[in-house]
Formats: sequence, C-alpha cells, structure tokens
Amino acid sequence: MPTVDLAITPLRELNAMLHKLSPDTNETHWDVRNPQGIHAIAVGVDAPVTIEVGGHVGYYCGGMNKQAVINVTGNAGVGVGENMMSGEIHIRGDASQSAGATGHGGLLVIDGNASARCGISMKGIDIVVKGSIGPMSAFMAQAGNLVVLGDAGEALGDSIYEARLFVRGSVRSLGADCVEKEPTETDLVILTDVLKRAGFNGEVSARDFRLYGSARRLYNFHVDNISSY
Amino acid sequence: MLAGMLAVMSNRGPDSAGFAVYGTGDGDHVKLTLRSKTGLALDDVAGRMSLELGEALRASLRASHLVLTLPRAIEAPARAWLALHRPDIAMVGAGTRMELYKEVGLPSEVVKRFALAEMGGTHGIGHTRMATESAVTTDGAHPFSTGPDQCLVHNGSLSNHNSVRRTLAHDGLKFETENDSEVAAAYLTWRMRQGASIEGALDSSLKDLDGFYTFVVGTESGFAVLRDPIACKPAVMAETDDYVAFGSEYRALVDLPNIACARVFEPEPATVYAWKHT
Repeated sequence: MPTVDLAITPLRELNAMLHKLSPDTNETHWDVRNPQGIHAIAVGVDAPVTIEVGGHVGYYCGGMNKQAVINVTGNAGVGVGENMMSGEIHIRGDASQSAGATGHGGLLVIDGNASARCGISMKGIDIVVKGSIGPMSAFMAQAGNLVVLGDAGEALGDSIYEARLFVRGSVRSLGADCVEKEPTETDLVILTDVLKRAGFNGEVSARDFRLYGSARRLYNFHVDNISSY
Repeated sequence: MLAGMLAVMSNRGPDSAGFAVYGTGDGDHVKLTLRSKTGLALDDVAGRMSLELGEALRASLRASHLVLTLPRAIEAPARAWLALHRPDIAMVGAGTRMELYKEVGLPSEVVKRFALAEMGGTHGIGHTRMATESAVTTDGAHPFSTGPDQCLVHNGSLSNHNSVRRTLAHDGLKFETENDSEVAAAYLTWRMRQGASIEGALDSSLKDLDGFYTFVVGTESGFAVLRDPIACKPAVMAETDDYVAFGSEYRALVDLPNIACARVFEPEPATVYAWKHT
C-alpha cells in the first residue's frame, strides 16, 4: 500500500505515479498524507484504485476522475470532482464552490455542506450532499441527479436543461425555468438507488424529498427527443 | 502568523504585499505611518519635527517606512509640517494603534524586509497582490487606509469606482491613486464618518458598490468580511476559542495553531461578518 506524504513528495510526483497506474495494477490502495489544502490532488486518475487523503484538500481535487475511489477526511476547496467521468469521491467535511462542476458521471458524496454553484453544468454525475448547498447550485445542469438532505440556497437550477434536483429541506428560491415536479415512480427508484450508493441503508426515504427540474421553456425542447435524456 | 500566511499566498499575488498591524497605543497619542514616494531618507524626520514643534515624539524606522508616535494635540501641526517640509512623504496610514506597511515585491521578501514576524498586536490584515485594474506600485498595494485605524484589502474588481470616487471626492475624501480598492476603503470611511458602524457601512456598500469583491476591513477594535452577492471571489474562515482567521483559501491557514480543530467555513455571499476584540 503506497503512502505518499505531500509534506515531502511534490504533488506532481504523486499525480504522475497515479497517472501511470495500469488497469490491472496491484497497488490498489493509496494513502495520501498532509494535503495541507494543496490544489489538484489526484486529478486525472484513470485506474480502479482507492485513494485515501487525510486532511483538507485545495482546488479541483479528483478532477476528471475515472474509476478511482477518492476519500477525503477533511474539507475540499473549489471544484472538487470537476468534470469527473466515473468512480467515486467522498468528502467527509464541507466542499467549497462548484463541487462536481460539469461532472459527466460517477458519484460525489459530501458529508457536510457544499457552497455556491454545487453541480454547475452537471452532465450526468450523481451528487449527494448530506448538509446544505449554497446559492446558484445546478446552474445550467444538463443531466444527472443532485440530492440534498439539507436546504438549497437562492436560484436553484437556474437555466436548467435536464437533471433531477432532489431537496429534502427548504429551497430559498428557484432559478429561471426551474420548477417543482411531482416525482414519478421512476424518479423515486433512481433516488433510492443514488441514496443506497451514497451509503444509506433505508434510514432516508426517497419520499421525503421534493423534486425540482426543468420547465423546458428556455430552450427548444422537442418532446420527440425525450428518450435521449 | 500573518507573515507565514502571506508567504504561503505569494503565488496567488506575487506583485506586491502589505499589511496592517494593530499593536499598542493609547488615546493621547496618534501613530502616523510614513513613506517617501521618491525614496528620500526618513531618518532625520523625527528629529527635525520634534525640534521645530517643540514636542518629544517616538520614531520607529522599518525599511522604507517610518512610524511616528506623537501627542494627539500636535497631529495637525505635524501633518502641516510634513506637507511643507517633506512633500515627498505619503501618509500610508494613521490611527491610535494601526501601523501599515506595503511595498512592491514578492510577499515573502516584503514581509522579511519589514520584519513582520517580530510585530505583535490584537489583529492584523495582510494582502498579496496580483494587479488587474491599476499599476503595480507601492501606492497601488493593499491595504488601503482612508480613515483613522481603518484599512481595507480587496480581491476583485469594482465597475463603478469612477463615479463613486467623484461623489466621495466632492464630499472631501482624498485619493492617492486611480485604484478601485481605494474607492471601497474611502466609501466605508465616508459611511462611518456619517455615523455608521462597520457592519452598517458594509451593508450599504452592497447597494452602492458594483462589481465583484471579497473585502476584509480592519478597525481599531476588530475586523469584518463581506463577499459580493454572487460570491465571485473565494474566502475561507477559521474560528477557534483563541482566534479568528481569514484567508482566500485554506492553504493560507494551514500553519495556524490548532487549525485541525478549528471550525473552518466559507462566509455566505452578501453577508457581513464582524469580530470585535473585547
């Protein structure tokens, strides 16, 4: 099990080692110490490995992630998991702005709160925030699921295309073209699955959430294409 | 601690650096922080002034800055003496307890030049600059001080600073630069002069200042933080039983004592946070 102390090893060395990993690597468990808020820790990893980071990370941690499971014991700076493709990122503390921005896939779980613009332009990622999210979250969201156990700030889902926004608490205000929707059975099945993948075992019910999504008035939406979403 | 924070932030703002330290002081005396714009020596200023004004004054020279501590009663004559005899001198800051130092150069070097690590006080505010709106000069470095014991640092850019500057200049505020951040400092001084608290002054800036910003403002008794309504610029706070700290990002805070146990959080947009030393 490789251990990398970022107080000693430069970040570029760590990231280079992670980038070299082959799909069948035996070094499947990495321990990263002393992250000290450094930016771009474990970005661009494309291997089925688990990376444990002990402490607070800076900007863009786990960006562009594919396959890897990244666990951070502390807080995350701006853009955690931005543009991630697959795999899983778990932040035990809070996340700063733009968590999961433009994410295409995979799962991002934040145990604490996420600040402004959580899930901005999300494109298929699933994001679960156990606390609350800040203003302007899911701005121009295109696909995926944003699940919030706490509250959402102002202008949730502004200019949203297609994505499901599940909020259990209150929503300060909805952005342009974002409306509350009656969840279908399919929506509830999807939400239950996301909650399960985020580690819940039935203690949170999908029925406690309200669903928000696109009113589809801001773009040329053709109902014939709905199966594409 | 502030010295360490600024050194870490050198790569965020490598142009110049500055800091205000709120140290000792009493109501009978005033501290003037002076700098020569043309680089003339400052070591004879205290002696000459003391001789001609007939009052003893304390002087402390740190690199390019001179701090004079003088009886409040002779503040006005002292300022007049400076304007007459040393027009090259700029008043960097003034107040009961505040000393303010700023200089062009790599923050870690600037901090060393002024020996910030040796200074003490109840609170301090530092800034590392990457200039966008105006020239890289010592005048353009932060913090900006436009009132007694008041200073401001700013990350961002204001779009209506010219019109606000005209309004404030009309009301008698003096400007040293074309810098947008100086306008923000002067705006708050103007509001506080009208009787507003620091919280009230910042609250009204939400309406009157247009642009994006995170402000940190120091006063004699404490400091306050405000982010613009869409939180364009980063900010992170740490709170413990012993101290409150602010940084643009967590990296600035990593060397603070007991940071692992601190409550670390991001200030909400358009919300004034203020701390007072009691």
